[in-house]
Formats: sequence, structure tokens, C-alpha cells
Amino acid sequence: MSTTIREKAFRNDAVAKVTGRAVFADDVSYAGMLHMAPVYADYVAARDVRVDVSAALDVPGCRRVLTAADVPGATHYGQIERDYPILITDTIRTWGDVVALTLGDTRDAAIEAAARVTVTATEETPILTVEEALDPYARVIPTWSDSNVVVHHRLRRGDPDAAFAECELIVEEEFRTPVVEQAYLEPESAVCVPRTDGVIEVYGSMQHPFSTRRFVASLLGESLANIEVHGVAVGGGFGGKDDTAAAVCARAALGALITGRPVKLTYAREWSIRESYKRHPYILKYKVGVTSEGRVAAVKAEMFADSGAYLSVTPWVTWRSTAQCFGPYAVDNVCADVYGVATNNGFNGAMRGFGAPQVNFAVESIMDIIAGRLKIHPLGLRRINMVKQGSTTVTGQVLDDHTVSIEEVMNRVVHEVGFRKKYEECSFGTPSETDSDALYGIGLSISYRGSSLGAEGMDFCSAIVNGQFDGSLILETGIHENGQGSESVMTLVLAEQLGCSLKRIRYRRSSTSTIPDSGTTVATRGTILGGSAVVVAAREFRQLLSTSLATRLRCKPEEVRFHEDRIWGTTFDASLTWAEAMKELYLQRITPFAFGTYQAPDVSWDDTTGQGNAYFTYVYSCQAAEVQVSRKSGNVKLLNVVAAHDVGRAINRAMVMGQMYGGITQGAGMTLMEEVHRDGGRIRELNYNRYRIPRALDVPDMHGIIVENHDPKSLTGAKGIGEPALELIAPAIANAVHNATGIRCNSIPIKIDPEELP
Amino acid sequence: MSRATGSAGAAPAGQTIRVNGAARPLLPADAGMTLLRWLREREFLTGTKNGCEIGACGACTVLVGGRPVRACKTTVTDVAGDVVTIEGMERPDGSLHPLQQAFVDVGAIQCGFCTPGMVLAAQALLASKPEPSRLEIRRALQGNLCRCTGYQQIVDAVEHAARFMRDNGGIESPGCTQDETEGTTG
Ligand code: FES
Ligand code: FES
Repeated sequence: MSTTIREKAFRNDAVAKVTGRAVFADDVSYAGMLHMAPVYADYVAARDVRVDVSAALDVPGCRRVLTAADVPGATHYGQIERDYPILITDTIRTWGDVVALTLGDTRDAAIEAAARVTVTATEETPILTVEEALDPYARVIPTWSDSNVVVHHRLRRGDPDAAFAECELIVEEEFRTPVVEQAYLEPESAVCVPRTDGVIEVYGSMQHPFSTRRFVASLLGESLANIEVHGVAVGGGFGGKDDTAAAVCARAALGALITGRPVKLTYAREWSIRESYKRHPYILKYKVGVTSEGRVAAVKAEMFADSGAYLSVTPWVTWRSTAQCFGPYAVDNVCADVYGVATNNGFNGAMRGFGAPQVNFAVESIMDIIAGRLKIHPLGLRRINMVKQGSTTVTGQVLDDHTVSIEEVMNRVVHEVGFRKKYEECSFGTPSETDSDALYGIGLSISYRGSSLGAEGMDFCSAIVNGQFDGSLILETGIHENGQGSESVMTLVLAEQLGCSLKRIRYRRSSTSTIPDSGTTVATRGTILGGSAVVVAAREFRQLLSTSLATRLRCKPEEVRFHEDRIWGTTFDASLTWAEAMKELYLQRITPFAFGTYQAPDVSWDDTTGQGNAYFTYVYSCQAAEVQVSRKSGNVKLLNVVAAHDVGRAINRAMVMGQMYGGITQGAGMTLMEEVHRDGGRIRELNYNRYRIPRALDVPDMHGIIVENHDPKSLTGAKGIGEPALELIAPAIANAVHNATGIRCNSIPIKIDPEELP
Repeated sequence: MSRATGSAGAAPAGQTIRVNGAARPLLPADAGMTLLRWLREREFLTGTKNGCEIGACGACTVLVGGRPVRACKTTVTDVAGDVVTIEGMERPDGSLHPLQQAFVDVGAIQCGFCTPGMVLAAQALLASKPEPSRLEIRRALQGNLCRCTGYQQIVDAVEHAARFMRDNGGIESPGCTQDETEGTTG
């Protein structure tokens, strides 16, 4: 390709967003639109639920109150198990369950009516911890399972017991990670419009139009073709705008179907936090055996993820924890058991990182613990054990078909931050001459992350290139823009493939009715799959143009070239503008249109042994954190972060950087301040005054390093960055805190009791 | 959880407020409404965002008399001073304000939900302090949450804009250039 993707920030939606013109779901209105509000009941676990709506109907402006009895389709849905109530029937399993929906002329009327709905039920004792749920006599929460263990993944490799016997050191540690709210700044919102032909149109703040369509169609008992989901600007998702956001769309659609009027349902922050799924909290127990030379010879791991009341994607989240159960290290003897456990807590599902941040926190803390016990430098210990070119992973996958760059990314960070020198300067273990309040520490962590879905699911994506008579081009893909900038990436890829100017291309946000289902925009798969689909479509398109234009360009079809915003033959005087080329095609009665589908390379997995080629490629990462801990208060202040990620290829550098900074900041939030608490199953932090996420002063200026080893299986060379950025900062900070204070925090968010400080 | 009504009484007949340079009437029915809802629902100025409705996230930040205020915590009838929303930031010729341009150029925008509030908070800062340090910028944006960017490129953007405006003849104040007779809604 002659045109290279330019380095300046490019976003097709930037001007709309900076001027306030971008349309988010709540910005959409229609004449005659009704407003909806959800009704909750103050139960955490209850059966025989009865709902009385009569008082609600007396509220002026209240039009209707909907309950499960009004649902023409299925009241429950789910991506794996159909156990998530869009509207409950007779059982409440968690505090966020919705018992009814009110419809009003105004939002105030709907909210007022919701407050008047009364609910009676037989209360049950809620099961709120994994330990209680695992009790053999505990009530079984899911209807579809005979146990509260809703999933159990196993990984068996080698013979850990025999290997432990040979080890010089055995380390046993337990770790805990918190419930984390995705905290997308825009709460869920949907506007649904009944079309005159019977189709229900959905404009929603959601991550996955196709997943949303399945939720809506199921609740309404309609065919997929009768639901058209349109993307609008989405104010952040981070994995969190799937099930709940889809349920919000489905509820508004139910209102629209029943009343025949447009219906808007916009969530208050309190409803959003009460009801939406969160990041799974984990309990992780590790036993790790190490030889005297520092080689990790055996690992036993047991993990428990609180799935909450509904299954959602718990099996997929925990699967990733299984496949990546000992970080980027090659270990021959591994036994891992990862359980998802049902409780009456709000359900947990996808959040950026997806089962990896929890594991990485444990593994990278353990590596530093081992280094300390064996008196080996933490970098040296990592070097001994990390995967190298041709290594075999814990799942038995041989890493020989892409560049294994874990050492390269670590070296880049070590060099950039000056790790070796700063490590010697850490307060812990260094006698201090001053009685300064500040303790200093630096810590580091490494990880690899399987790209895309891996053996979790079907992986394919489509793209359409549609040439216009005047030389302009329309591009559509099945990847959804959630704010991460995927549309811009797709546009850049097409411009590069066709050697044309960005101005020529208009990205059209597809609806679910205009492009084949391309799966969900998750798992850092947007760039790798969507980008590859654009390459496939662009190749088709070039092929079509080359064949049709060769005669006119006085060359063979394979000699036609695309660059400098023109189409060229072999001689400098044989070239066409895009407008001329398109006109020529039309004169030949050829439609300049191409459709491309990219199918991800095959992966494999054996459920009984946890062995297989789990992912078709991996992103390699390293992050270092410098902290200052106050002796007086125990407060941890982040001073600096340096991160290097091998993203394969950076298509939009400024956006790759933005993903890094944003991911690190979210990860730092989980490490230092974020946690959802429940009192008897009721969430304490329902808004941002109590659920604290990092603010501008909570994070320092960070340094991102982009490493680019083009990936041969990705047609653009790119692998993605969304999730890797978040998944390893917690252990880097925990290690830094240890190196500052000598205190090892095995549970996050980190809290230091100043009493314990030296 | 309704937050529709505030403390103030009925809007005095004939009360107006200036929004992005144009005088807009307040109707009796608007009494007690928050400025946020009034802007979004009455004026259809939907660039001002609702992220929490309790004054904690800054997504609803607008300028009143040049100072940043949280529209969700302000009753519309209590507004004293000219209001500037994100829709009033562009220059009269329709080009972007240097702050907006800087947000676009450095990649400070991801989902964009915090962006309007960030731009206005930054504008208030630069109007009072044309050469802020990075720390001062962070301080000025401390009330505005962003979940996407980690703030770094937003700080970069404000720094860039400050430099650009210093090099090009000082701070531009938005929203006061439009003729009063021109409509500004929609
Ligand atoms: S909406 Fe006003 S501060 Fe959050
Ligand atoms: S860009 Fe999404 S919240 Fe700031």
C-alpha cells in the first residue's frame, strides 16, 4: 500500500461531539412520545410476588402500567441461559429486579406512578456470599441448575503434585478483587418507535445492536426482521452496555408495541447502578512451586467468581480466567478450577478486561512475592518464566505463528521508566535518613491477552463498500461504535486499502437490518475483526475495479494501482480520478459494490482438560507504576505510569494512546478506590457522590509506548488495545505499594492502615 | 426520584434569560425546573448532558456569567447572568472555538459524553488564567468526570488551546457575539 495511515488524531465523530450536536439516545424525541419508568421492589430475594398497580393509574398523566402479564413473548432472556427477567413474573432474585413499568405523558408522571405501585411478596433470606452459596444445604438460586455452581472450568496439564515435591519454595496465597461498576458516563437510555409497517425501531444506548435485537425480539415475541436496532452515539460502555442496556431497549419497545406510540426510557444514575451488571468479584487461591533457580514448576489455582443472580456471560468471563490462569508464563504442571457461583447479589457480567484483571492481579503479585522470597530480581524471575518464541502456554498452545514480544515490551518499560535504579531507591528495605512523610515505591507487571473471543464464541464480521457515481464511497461494517473510535479506524483502513483520501469515504452507521449479524463489539475484537473485514471488502472492490478499468488504463488488471487518490495504469499518463472510474463502471453497467466477510482463524478447546489453542493471537503488555504512600494517612498517590503494549499495528495512534490512558485510569480506580458495597444485598453507592471513580487529580501524566509487530493473522496487522490497557495495572500498583511500605495487599481496592507503616 | 421541582416560585411574568447571546423567555410552567432540564427539554439544547443529576459528574456544566455551574443543581428562575452552553462555543462564522479545535486535534474525545462540560470548564479556566500549568488544568477539571480518556489528552488539549489563543491575540469569549434577534434554539 502506498498511502500510509496518518498519525494525527482522526475521528469521524469528533466535531459532532465537541459541538454538542452528537445525538445520544436521550437526545432523541418524537411528538407524542410517552415516557417510561421502571418499578423496583425493596426485596433482595422473595417469592409469590404480587404487584398492585391501581394507585399508580390514578396519578395524573399516567397512561398505563405494564407487568409480566402484558408481555407477548418471553419475560426472561439471556445470552447463554434465558434466566434474566426483563420483567419478573413471581420471583425476585436480586434488588435490581424490575417488577413493572409505568408509562406517562411526562417522565415525572411515569416516575410518580412508579412510586405508587405496591408489591407484596414472601421474603426469603438472601444468599449474599460465595461461601454461603456453596453450602450444600443452601437454597439453589437458578431455576435451570441443580446447584449454585453455575459453571466450572478445568485446566489440567502435567502432574502438579509430583512437581511440588521437587520444588525449593512453595508459595500459597489468597487474593480478593472487588465488585466494580463500569460507570459509563451516560446512563442507559432507549427510544422505540412503532413504524407503520409493523416494525419496531430502536434507538438505544447499547454496545451491541445485534444482541439488543435478540433481547427485544424475544420479549415482544417478534421475528428478528421485525425489529430494527439503530446505533446512536453511546456515552461509554466498557462491556457494561449489553444485557441491561438491551433490557432497557426491550422494555421501551414493549411500551411502543402496546401503546402504538414512541416511548422513551432514560435511566437515572441510581437505577443504572442498582440494576446493571458489574465486574465479577473473585476469590483466588494459588499454590505455586518454584525450583531453586527460580523456575515455576507447578501451579494449583482455585477461583470463585460471584456470578450474582443471573448467568449472563459468567461462563465466558471465567473461561478467560481459566485459559490465562497463570499469566504470560510457560508452566508445565498446572491444575486450575474456576467456578462461577450464583448469589442474590446483582448479577455480574462483561466489563473491560473480562476475567483477566482479577487473575493478573493475583499472578503478578505472586511473582513479586516469589522474587522476594528467593531473593531474585523481579525482572529476572519474570525473564526466566515468561513465554518466548515457540513456548507452550499453560493450555498447550505453541506460540510460533506471531511475534512473542513479552520480553520486548518489558524491556521498553524498564528502560523508559529507569526501573533498575528506581527499584533500588524504594523506601522498603532502604534505611531512610529523613523522617519525610512520603514512602516511595515502584512496581511492574506483565501480561498477555488472547485477542478476540477465542474459544468463547463464533468470530466473524462483515463490511460493505458502496461506490457512488461521483467517486465518493460509503462504508459499513458490523462493528458498533461505543465511543472507542471504531468507525474512524475502519475508515482509515479503507482509505489505506484504496489509496484514497479520507474525505472520499463516508462511514454509515449500519442498522441491524442493513448488514449481516457480525457478533458483538467485545473482547478487543473491533479493530482486528472489523478491520480485517474492511480489508476483505476492499480487496474485492479493487478486484472489481481492476478488471473493469484495465482496458481504459491500457494495462493488465493485475497492474492497476490505487494511490494518491487516483487509479493508475502502468504509465504516468494513464490514470483516472475516482469520479471518472466510477462513471466508467456505471457505463459498463457494473455496480461498484463489494461485500466482505472475515472469519477469525480457528481455535480449539477441550473442556475436560482445558487444553487447546485458546486464541489465534495474543497482545503482549507491560506496565510500571510509581507510587507515594503517606505515612500519616496511608494514602496511596500514583506518581507515574509507563505502559508498553504490542498492538500489532497502531492504525490511529492518538486513539491507541487514549485507550491506554483510559484503561490504566479505570484499572487504577479498581486498585485504589472503586468498590460496590451491599448492605443485605442493597447497593450503598448508587451515584457518583458515593461511587468514586478517578478524577483528573487522581491520575498522573502517563507514558504510553506502542510496540508494533504486525500480526500475520490480522489482515491489517493490528490486534487491538481496549482491554490490555486495563488488565495489569492493579498488580503493578500493589507491587509498588509493597516496595514502598513492605505491606503486601492481597485484596483490592488497596487500603493501608497507617498504624502498620514503618 | 423525581428532581423536577426546586424551591423557587413561579417565574415572574416577562422574565427572560440570555442563552448563547439570545434572550429567551421563561414561562410560568418553567418555574422550579432545573437549568439542565430547561435547556434540554424547552430549548432543545441537548449538548448539555445529564450524567448524575446530583452535581457530582460535571457533564451538565455550562457557563453562567462566565463561571462554570452545574446546570442540574441550578434552578432556571435563579439564573443571574448570561448562559453559554456548548452550542454557543462555535464562532459566529461556524468555525470551532480554539478549545474545541484542540480537543479534536489531540484526540481528547472518545465517547464524548463528558466533552461539552469539559470544554466549558476549560473555557472558564482560560478566561481567568490564560497560562495554566498542567496541574492547574487538572484542578480546574476536578469536578468533571471522564471515564474514557484518563484525562491526559484533555489536559493536552487545554494546554494546546491556551498556547494557540495566546499566540493569536488572546482569549475568545463565546456566546456574546450573536445578534439578539437571531434565534439560537434547535
Ligand atoms: S449531571 Fe449535573 S453534575 Fe452530573
Ligand atoms: S470521553 Fe467518555 S466520558 Fe469522557
